[in-house]
Amino acid sequence: MKPVTRIHSRTAVLADENIDTDRIIPARFLTTTTREGLGRRCFNDWRYQADGSDNPAFPLNRPEAKGCAILVAGRNFGCGSSREHAPWALLDYGIQAVLCSEIADIFRNNALKNGLLAIVVSEAEHHWLLEHPGVELAIDVREQHISLPDGGRIRFQLERFARHCLLEGVDQLGFLLQHAETITRYEFQHEEHAA
Amino acid sequence: MSARTLFEKLWDAHLVAPESADTPAILYIDLHLVHEVTSPQAFDELRGRGLPLRRPDRTLATLDHSTPTLPPGPDGERPYANAEAKAQVATLEANCAEFGIELHGWDSSDRGIVHVIGPELGATQPGMTIVCGDSHTSTHGAFGALAFGIGTTEVGHVMATQCLLQRKPKTLAIHVDGALPKGVGAKDLILHIIGQIGVDGGTGHVIEYRGPAIEALSMEERMTVCNMSIEAGARAGLIAPDATTFAWLKGRPHAPQGADWDAAVAAWRALPSDEGARYDREVRIDASQIRPTVTYGTHPGMAIAMDTPVPAPRNAVEQRALDYMQARAGHAMQGMPVDVVFVGSCTNSRLSDLREAAEVLRGRRVADGVRMLVVPGSEAVRRDAEREGLHEVFAAAGAEWRVPGCSMCIAMNGDLAQPGQLVVSTSNRNFEGRQGKGARTVLASPATAAASAVAGRIADPRGYMNQEQAA
Ligand code: SF4
Repeated sequence: MKPVTRIHSRTAVLADENIDTDRIIPARFLTTTTREGLGRRCFNDWRYQADGSDNPAFPLNRPEAKGCAILVAGRNFGCGSSREHAPWALLDYGIQAVLCSEIADIFRNNALKNGLLAIVVSEAEHHWLLEHPGVELAIDVREQHISLPDGGRIRFQLERFARHCLLEGVDQLGFLLQHAETITRYEFQHEEHAA
Repeated sequence: MSARTLFEKLWDAHLVAPESADTPAILYIDLHLVHEVTSPQAFDELRGRGLPLRRPDRTLATLDHSTPTLPPGPDGERPYANAEAKAQVATLEANCAEFGIELHGWDSSDRGIVHVIGPELGATQPGMTIVCGDSHTSTHGAFGALAFGIGTTEVGHVMATQCLLQRKPKTLAIHVDGALPKGVGAKDLILHIIGQIGVDGGTGHVIEYRGPAIEALSMEERMTVCNMSIEAGARAGLIAPDATTFAWLKGRPHAPQGADWDAAVAAWRALPSDEGARYDREVRIDASQIRPTVTYGTHPGMAIAMDTPVPAPRNAVEQRALDYMQARAGHAMQGMPVDVVFVGSCTNSRLSDLREAAEVLRGRRVADGVRMLVVPGSEAVRRDAEREGLHEVFAAAGAEWRVPGCSMCIAMNGDLAQPGQLVVSTSNRNFEGRQGKGARTVLASPATAAASAVAGRIADPRGYMNQEQAA
């Protein structure tokens, strides 16, 4: 994973609560065996009309939302399935951070493992962000804050190991593999009665 | 030692390294279940790094999500939805052969939905940690195993190290007092619970279901309840193992045998939460108040008794959900016209579910204009059902009897509803488009699904059950 330290962008807003992983990427596009190219299918059934053209009612299709890398979403974003295709699709679509007052556990975990910043903000801050689409934000992972255009700041929590991995581009599988001996010892202790 | 919950005992027993402020715990995984959709990129990761799969003996694979539920045609070809689906299945077959994993593929007499076959084979056991790249892994918690869904990156972690990096979740006890009324089942119970605590009511928590109404449930019913824990946002669902659990597991192919069995049961008896153990949160539910329950919106938290008026939307999103469903505030869901009925999925595709649906359908017909699909959860369920003649009951009623798989639960194999159609479904998710673009899903029990098929409208199953069964 490449290090993620700072994201600077205007926001796009999808205010619906409980945007589930089937909306982020419908199941019929999960027959792929790679992780590339899913951006085309991101929000597929919301984003396109029946004839394949862009749905003008989909907020991210508006001209002002083009190129926005920060998504402010309604509460409980990413609920539903464990498909990592959801963060893969968002990243490939160009979203680098999701801000929300509550994010579903598995989605959040999957997102952070792929360098997609899934950040929980307070309800009041969330409310403000939902009301101000297009606001210019700078997210600083090291300092754990978001700078607003007026100089204001939103602080956020990030699990320490996740933050470390983002900043240093740590390979988590590599980290686990360093513990191979401890794992073997655990297996030995817990399986000696077997067989 | 201080009193511990079931969850804490499971957690402590699997710590390879405890968590610290800087690093999550390293948690050992006893059983890794694999299917075709969420595994290919993880196998690629192993190959890319030149790593072996650490414990093929703790890994079990099946084909279920992308698989057709119609038998092969005259040319012997299975009717895959598209070439990609076929390639995905072939990819898992090749990966299992390359990495030495036991695959319950097309030629296996045990193939089926991953969460149905794990327990059926006795691979799912109390005291284990179980993961799968699938959120409904929570199903296995019914056996007193810590079981949860993971993403594909983590699937790779488990393949390479048999471990996961995890922060300890919080615990939520849901005490279910009283007894379920006649004709009301486990599906009604879990829909009611999610309706009460909400789709995010369990976020960050592992739920332990407790109390007399839970103890009274069969293993199949317990699986139905734990299966939908994720629909309340919970990491996992748990039920303490007891005599019901042990009786169900005994003699299954992967279960311990002989003296090992006795030792295992002795260890399992120590798993239930200790007297006085503390949970981070507790909720009480009265089972005696629950009636046949269905969803009325576009997430499983929008659930109510079918004879209760749909509540007024509290915001624009809820209004949109009602509009999508063509449900009307102030009107009950009961009586709404039905187009498709689906009995299946890891929530309700076991033998007891099929018996429940067949009981309602016996001697009756699916209403004109309604299409009903019955998809058993596994080849074993299919065999048992056919031995009892259930398939004939379904056929006589005009329902389609299919080959096992996830089918219309996720609608990625070609089994799907058309835009605008209303589906009464025994599956677990009623998200927009889950069963086909524009399809409207109402989640319900197998009995409600069958009664609705007969009536052509959402119907209370209690009027269709024989006296003994309703009793
Ligand atoms: S039946 Fe549905 S919920 Fe269960 S594993 Fe298959 S797709 Fe997932």
